Formats: sequence, structure tokens, C-alpha cells
Amino acid sequence: MAAADELVSRVKSLLGSDVLDSHTHVGDATILVPVDRAREVLQRLRDDPGLAFNLLVDLTAVDYLGREPRFEVVYHLASLDLAPPAGEPCRMRHRLRVKTGVTEKRCEADSVCALWAAANWFEREVFDLYGIVFRGHPDLRRILLYDEFQGHPLRKDYPKERRQPLVGPRN
Amino acid sequence: MTQSAIQRAPRAKGDLHTETQVVSMGPSHPATHGTVKIILEIDGEEIVEMDVQIGYLHRGFEKECESGTWYQAIPYTDRLNYNSAILANLAFCMSVEKLLGCEIPRRGQWVRTLGSELSRMGDHLTRLGAACLELGAMTPFLYGIEARELCWDLQEMLCGARVTSNYIRIGGIQRDVTPGFLERLHASLLRIESLLVDFDKVVTSNRIFVDRFRNTGMLPLEKLLSFGVTGPMLRAAGVPLDLRKAEPYLVYDEIDFDVPVGTTGDNYDRFLVCQEELVQSIRIMRACVPVLEKTVGESVNVSDPRVRWPAKERVFGRMEELIQQFKGVTEGIKVPVGEAYAAVESPNGELGFYVVSDGTGKPYKVRCRPPSFANVAPMREMLIGGMLADIVPTFDMINMIGGECDR
Repeated sequence: MAAADELVSRVKSLLGSDVLDSHTHVGDATILVPVDRAREVLQRLRDDPGLAFNLLVDLTAVDYLGREPRFEVVYHLASLDLAPPAGEPCRMRHRLRVKTGVTEKRCEADSVCALWAAANWFEREVFDLYGIVFRGHPDLRRILLYDEFQGHPLRKDYPKERRQPLVGPRN
Repeated sequence: MTQSAIQRAPRAKGDLHTETQVVSMGPSHPATHGTVKIILEIDGEEIVEMDVQIGYLHRGFEKECESGTWYQAIPYTDRLNYNSAILANLAFCMSVEKLLGCEIPRRGQWVRTLGSELSRMGDHLTRLGAACLELGAMTPFLYGIEARELCWDLQEMLCGARVTSNYIRIGGIQRDVTPGFLERLHASLLRIESLLVDFDKVVTSNRIFVDRFRNTGMLPLEKLLSFGVTGPMLRAAGVPLDLRKAEPYLVYDEIDFDVPVGTTGDNYDRFLVCQEELVQSIRIMRACVPVLEKTVGESVNVSDPRVRWPAKERVFGRMEELIQQFKGVTEGIKVPVGEAYAAVESPNGELGFYVVSDGTGKPYKVRCRPPSFANVAPMREMLIGGMLADIVPTFDMINMIGGECDR
């Protein structure tokens, strides 16, 4: 628990006013940043020699329907120690969750493909399932669903029972 | 004397004129044990460009999880990776337990560790056996499948199901190991060891096999990290990252085992790393046996009925337990408001779950971080400039599991 608190205070001192909110619930260090600063913040977290978040473990979104901003894009970062003592396995130095709010009206965020190649497919998935557009993405198209699919199924207002033409009728 | 047709044909001047052609491979291809479509542009046999298209097994895992109770999500996690269902159960339950803040009794943790390794072995055996099969070697595949059968028989003894285990529960496990399990484990491990020796003799130094695997599917280390590649693929490139050591969970910090690494990160190194991990899994399982023998009768589940409802034999005999079970099943457990991420080392790499709870009995969000998805993404970079024939060994070693990649 203490390690997460310490990490959050280090991140805060690096990022200053870019951190809107933070918590360390159940030991997970989490910060909230403004959407138009997210790319810059992530780059600084990656390039800072002390923090060195070299892995983008996961990128997803959550739909908080009825709340403003409606969506949250969630980045899970990890800092892997690549030079462990000889013969020893690698340690994860620390992990951080970075969240940023995205409104329904302006449903877009900056792509981080240039920072981590992993973001390419993850952002395509979020675009596919939530309809959030990533500005600057080199190849933003659906990845799990087919091009003719209408809507974005992980949005809370997409009914689970809805059928689409290419899926075929219920048995 | 008349000239033959070949002599009469016009001679090509300089280089032969060639055109690239587009070939579509999959989504159902006999040499790929995963449902994926690869659009290839090839120049002769060289790959010029490729597009990997996934999603054929997308069935709305996250959407389904959001509509049921927390417990009802566990069987869906089984179907992520048919080879290592217990590990997917475990990762999901660990993330929920993190939110609940509950600590599993020691014996439960040892049984979970044993189950995890059983799963890992089944997965690695399939990967190695199928890799040989898809290159045309039937015998090593059968060795691998015989060994996997032994793993699945053991899993059946544990939880009654050979494939979709549904074994791990939030707050514990479905049930303790059955009588006779540890004896059976001992005998099976001996047989698996001898099968691994046979497998090794047939494959590992076989010239045809080595030529197909050596120096194919490589990617520089910084690219692998940028793509978020984990598991045996990263270890084969020389990075000893194993979450069982990097962020020890369950009882892995009390067990002695090694993390094998490769040097070049080619398909052959990946193969060798997986082979050695099988040996290490056997070692871990053997370490679990004496502890489980010593702690017979101890509880494997948390005692809080709001998290893990009482066992059936008590439910049918007593009023209070009956009510607890009824409420647990119908309303679901109440997970405190918040979010948590927990990850385990799956056979393909980091398998994580990010869960968000709004305090009702249903999950608000269940996100599975699938290792296959992150590992398939760099396939294009690995293969461009390579030969058409490199696709199959590379795809085998990536070990894309469609259920987990597409969810």
C-alpha cells in the first residue's frame, strides 16, 4: 500500500497540475489526467528515467453512462526492470493506471501508437467496441467486428439482445 | 532433330519479370490452430506485406459478463483459453478478491498453484505438439497429446471437467483435491516425464525441424517491448520476465524453480523455452505435494459466507446456510465499489483482469487483458521480408488462442 502512495506522489511531482485526481485503492496507483494532455503525460511517464514506464500493458475504456464525461480511457502502464542482477529474474518496478475522461460530444483522444506499438491494436479495439476515435492513429478501423456492424456494443446503451443483419436470425 | 519446347521458348533477358500476388490464408486453414485470416502480398515466396485479421471468435465476452452476477462470469473465463482454463479462472477471481480484500487460506493457495501448473502444462504440450503436427510430424504430436490427456485426466479428478474447468471460485476453489489425486499425480508426472524425453529425441535436434525454426520470426527486443509482448516470446529474447517471480502471487515465492531464457528470440528459442518450462512446471507440482499431504483437512475457502457460500452438504442440513447460499446464488456477492487490476503468468504471457464494481451484485466492467492479442499484433513485423513457409512455425510459437484473442 505504501509503495503505491509513494509512486503517486512521485508521479504528481513530475506532472504537477496535469494530475486532476489520484487514488491508491486496493494498492493500485491511479491518476486522472485531462484528455488533451494525456498523450504528453504518457510520454513523460515513459521517458522519465526514474519512472521509466516501458510497457503499455493494457488500454481499454469504460462507459459511465449518465455521468459527465461519459467515457474513461484507461491505460495500464508497467515499468519493467530490464537489467536485473546476473542470473536473477526481472522485477516489475511499479505499475500505474492512467485514466482520462472523454465526453460523448467530443468522443476522441490522442493516439499513443507512436509511444508504444501495442496501442495500435488496443486503440482499434476501443474504437470498435466503444466508438472512441483516436486522433493520429495510422490505421483506425474495426478489429474484432466486421466493417458493416452498426454501433459499438460495449456502450451501456447498446442492448445485449440486439441482432445485426450479418449475424443471422435467432435459432 | 527438332528442338524441345524449352529450347524454343523465348529466353528471359536479365531478371525474370515477376509480379506480386495477393493470397488469402484462413480464417480456417489446416495449418493454423487458431481462427485468423491473413491477407498476404507475396513476391514469389517472399512476404512483402501482410494484414492479420482477427475477430472470428468474438462472442461478446465482456458484454456477457456485465449482464450476470460476479460468479456467473467465471464459466465465461473458462472459454477464453481452452487449454488453460484454470489460469483464466484464477486471474479473474484474483482481481475480484483484490476488490473484496479477502485472503485465501494457505491450503487453497497451494491447490490453486497446483491447478495453475497443470493448466500451463496442458497449454505448452498443445503448443509444442501442434507445432510439430503443422510442420508435418505426426509422432511428436501424439506424444504431446498423450501427455496432455494425462493432465486433463488429472484436471477431471480435480473438478469434474476435462477442458472447461470452472474450478477457481471467488474466495477459494470449487472443492479440495479428491482422495487419490496426489497418488495419481505422482504416477502421471512420471509418465509425462518419459514422454517429454521421447518428444525431445524425435524433435529437438531433427534437422528438418531445426531448419524451419531457426532464425525465423525474430523481432528486436525493443520492438517486442513496445508491442507489450510477454511470456515465453519475451523470455526467448533473453528477458527473464515471469510474473510468478516478478510479482509473486499465490505461493510461488516459496517454491524453488527456474525461469528459462533464450538468446536470439527466434522460433527455435521459443520452442526450447516452452520445453524447459514444462520441466519447471513438473518441479513446482512436485513441491506442492508434501504441503498438501501435510495440510489435509484444512480449509481451502474463505469462511465469510458473503463471499463464498457454504458447501452443499451443510446447505442441505441447516437453515442458516441454506439462506446464505440462496442469497449468494440469486443476488450475487456484493463487491465494494472500486476498480482493480490483477494479473497472472499464463502460458502465453501476462493475463490480466481489470474489473470495475459499482456495488451492485453485477460487474460494471470486466476487461480481460489477453496475452494472445498483444502477441499476435507484432506478427506482421515479424514476418515481412520472410518466407511464406515461416508463417506456420511463427504462428505456432505465438500460440494464438482465438477464444482469448477475440473474446
